[in-house]
Amino acid sequence: MGLSLDASIALVPIAPFVAALLAPLVHRLAGPVTGWVLALVPAALFVLLLVNFVAPMTHGETLALAIGWVPSHGLDLAFYVDGLSLIFALTILGVGTLVILYAGAYLAGHHHLGRFLGFMLAFMGAMLGLVLSDNMIGLFMFWELTSITSFLLIGFDHSRQAARRGAIQALVLTNIGGMCLLAGAVVAHQLSGTWLLSELRGMEDLVRQSALYGLVLALFLGAAFTKSAQFPLHFWLPNAMEAPTPVSAFLHSATMVQAGVYLLSRMTPVLGGTEVWTGLLVTFGALTLIWGGLGALKQTDLKQILAQTTIASLGLLVLLIGLGSTAAIAAVVVYFVAHAFYKAALFMVAGAVDHEAGTREITALGGLADKMPVTFIGAALAALSMIGLPLTVGYFAKEEMYLGLVSGEWSAFLVLAVLVLGNALLAGVGLLVMTRPFLGDELPTPKKPHEAPVAMLAGPIVLGGLGFLAGILPDWFGHDVLVPGASAILGQAVESHLSLAINLASPLLWLSILTWLLGVVVFRQATRIRGALRRFDAALGWSADKVFDVCYFALVRFAGAVTRFLHHGNLEYYLVVVFLALGIALFWPLVSLGGLDWITPTAELGDWSQRLVLPDLLPYEWAVLLLAVVGLLAVLIASSRLIAILSLGVQGTALALIFLLFGAPDLAFTQLMVEILSVIILTIVMTNLRLDARDHRPFEDWARDGTLAIVCGAGVSLLLMLVLTGTLDTRLSDFFTQTSVPIAHGANIVNVILVDYRGFDTLGEISVVMGAGIAILALLRRRKGSVATPPVEAGRGGEKGQEV
Amino acid sequence: MNTIIFRTAAPLIVATMLVFSFYVCLRGHNEPGGGFIGGLIAAASIAVFGMAAGVPEVRRALKVDPMAIAGFGVVLAGFSGLLSLLTQSPYMTSIWLYLELGNTTVPLSTPLFFDLGVYFVVFGTLSAIALALESDREEDL
Repeated sequence: MGLSLDASIALVPIAPFVAALLAPLVHRLAGPVTGWVLALVPAALFVLLLVNFVAPMTHGETLALAIGWVPSHGLDLAFYVDGLSLIFALTILGVGTLVILYAGAYLAGHHHLGRFLGFMLAFMGAMLGLVLSDNMIGLFMFWELTSITSFLLIGFDHSRQAARRGAIQALVLTNIGGMCLLAGAVVAHQLSGTWLLSELRGMEDLVRQSALYGLVLALFLGAAFTKSAQFPLHFWLPNAMEAPTPVSAFLHSATMVQAGVYLLSRMTPVLGGTEVWTGLLVTFGALTLIWGGLGALKQTDLKQILAQTTIASLGLLVLLIGLGSTAAIAAVVVYFVAHAFYKAALFMVAGAVDHEAGTREITALGGLADKMPVTFIGAALAALSMIGLPLTVGYFAKEEMYLGLVSGEWSAFLVLAVLVLGNALLAGVGLLVMTRPFLGDELPTPKKPHEAPVAMLAGPIVLGGLGFLAGILPDWFGHDVLVPGASAILGQAVESHLSLAINLASPLLWLSILTWLLGVVVFRQATRIRGALRRFDAALGWSADKVFDVCYFALVRFAGAVTRFLHHGNLEYYLVVVFLALGIALFWPLVSLGGLDWITPTAELGDWSQRLVLPDLLPYEWAVLLLAVVGLLAVLIASSRLIAILSLGVQGTALALIFLLFGAPDLAFTQLMVEILSVIILTIVMTNLRLDARDHRPFEDWARDGTLAIVCGAGVSLLLMLVLTGTLDTRLSDFFTQTSVPIAHGANIVNVILVDYRGFDTLGEISVVMGAGIAILALLRRRKGSVATPPVEAGRGGEKGQEV
Repeated sequence: MNTIIFRTAAPLIVATMLVFSFYVCLRGHNEPGGGFIGGLIAAASIAVFGMAAGVPEVRRALKVDPMAIAGFGVVLAGFSGLLSLLTQSPYMTSIWLYLELGNTTVPLSTPLFFDLGVYFVVFGTLSAIALALESDREEDL
């Protein structure tokens, strides 16, 4: 196990991101074979993992790698490979390769194929990072990345309102989960002092016995349940079917939605095994399983049917994790793999049917087996695994999950009943999906159906075939998949007992047969059940989906009301509020901290004469002061706007001269330029309005504004005077004077501070200047359109930009 | 404002101001000046040019959108700090290079490029605002 092998773990999540960046370029160069080229990336990573990591994992070894990330906070980008993460990573890469290939053909000729495949690869990288991360902050980061990339993928067809809605809904819900995950990670860190999941798993009872166990559990369950679409948060998943089919085949079968299942499996040694854990997971899992199974029967759209069965399968997995027995965990691993195989394949079949026949409505399809024989074979292979017939991996999954429950206890019996019913529903739907579009009478379809291209057939055939291969080779499957995965979840060695032998005396076989029989009943009565369910829905009147909409739009309206309250659009009131706040901020400390004591008259009135001495200034300095005062008065009494603006310029120039005379040439320079530009810009702005007479303003306006101006001016003056009475702390300026030339090679301290000592601040400031500029341009663009946005506001903003 | 004297003199004034603004920017490290003031002077020159020659003429002369100049400035300033990462020192540690060109020594440094970035941001942003205000037609914004 050399260094290179360890380092290659980091390559696995990073390489897809790099490929994602290059995808648009590849699309331009490779054209129609883009899918084939880009599929090489996950394929190569798949082979890398298969060759290098599978053998060590089957011996129960683990690998870890930490790259320094934020060393000052002790954070590493830590990766960790054990059986569980390897199974997930291999599934992601294997299905990912086939899906990229499939997408290349499905969206062939699409203008944005490169962008689409880029999103897909970025999602793949995020997902790989998620399952390989050992650091909880890293896990959170990749978790959020999957949310963001899936948002981009679901909303890929962004000109459709439904796609945008589905994307936003998925983003909102999975982000709520993401926030839960972050909070949970922080609390877990506070309890344990480590960010690493592998170390956390070592401290088994620490979290379980702490007083905060309930909180940690709730936060992690919040994360897992939103991501894995558990009832009642399941509704985002069917809406996410607005995405192009390759997205559904990838995200909603083996990856994105399984992130929650992964998280729960990971946290089983830390949080699992308590009554609360089992109770919550089994209850919600069971509800989700039945709800999804019934939901599937309600639908007639192939993709919607599959989405609902995914919800059911996720519920099933959560339920099994909740049970937590060895057999249940073994069933989790087997079922996860089986589900990934058949669900991805079936989604691809649904896409192929839609692509070639022009519709996905199950009632409008029939007899396609003649026209699309290979697609039918793929569909049949996958669906048989979904039904769980012997010789498929789905069969083992079902056996394993029943195994732990034939104990005779009534609670176990109840769970068993739920499982049998759920599996029967899934089996019925599987039969439906396999037979309805392909067998029976041929129905007219919008397009003339023909076989899909090779790239679109590879997925269903390979995945369906793998489902059978794993079903025929139980020893290999048990040894290489079940044992490492289940051992990693439970933290102890697990034995595999998968076998092809059929034991007629075993209750498991009869439970399976019962499941199949019920499945056939469901299949036969599908139309009747659909009608009943739809009547029930209509009677109920509303769904979780509608609740989401109500909350969502209530929030938007609330935000709108708050914004309208704060941003009423009246410039006069904005300014009054700003200056009022300034006045209070100035006088509050002055009064409360005794800053005015020195000026209040005391018994010795004689002191006043000494305090009121005239400053010792040269004649021309007096002249400059006079200029400032005259400029100010001229502003107040000016009869036209142009004169007022120019007088303001005079006053500002006088100020610049004062700076110059008292040794601040840089400040003077800047002040002068700002004054000139202010005058120019204000004049330009006012040219568009009126430069002649001023508006008449009522007396109360004058009084209010005048008072505010005097209060603020007096406040600033008093504060400055107060500052000057104390001794100036010159440590900083001494430091800059001494070091400016030797360290920073510059004699102009002001400039050296700006570009060197405090360069990072300046970088922020110039970014703000540019941002303000863009905002002003946007405001100006609106000028012609709306009378309510006078350009004066923009002019003010411009001044603000300059003074930053 | 559209007198023939102003229109004739404007190009000269503008050219002088632009050169001067650059000079002010470059000398800023040792004497009063710097990117901020230089940018202000350059923006004022553009505003003057806009008054004299009209906004479309100025846009043609500039060739690039002023806001793009500002964006370039931010990027330049940000990237000037990245160079120090190559020498294993923290972001924005200054690097100095004294070029011997015959009799004179030309000091080049990363703060110089940073200051040029500031210059371009101030120049670009304020020019964009001034031009947008000067132009009367909406499509010209």
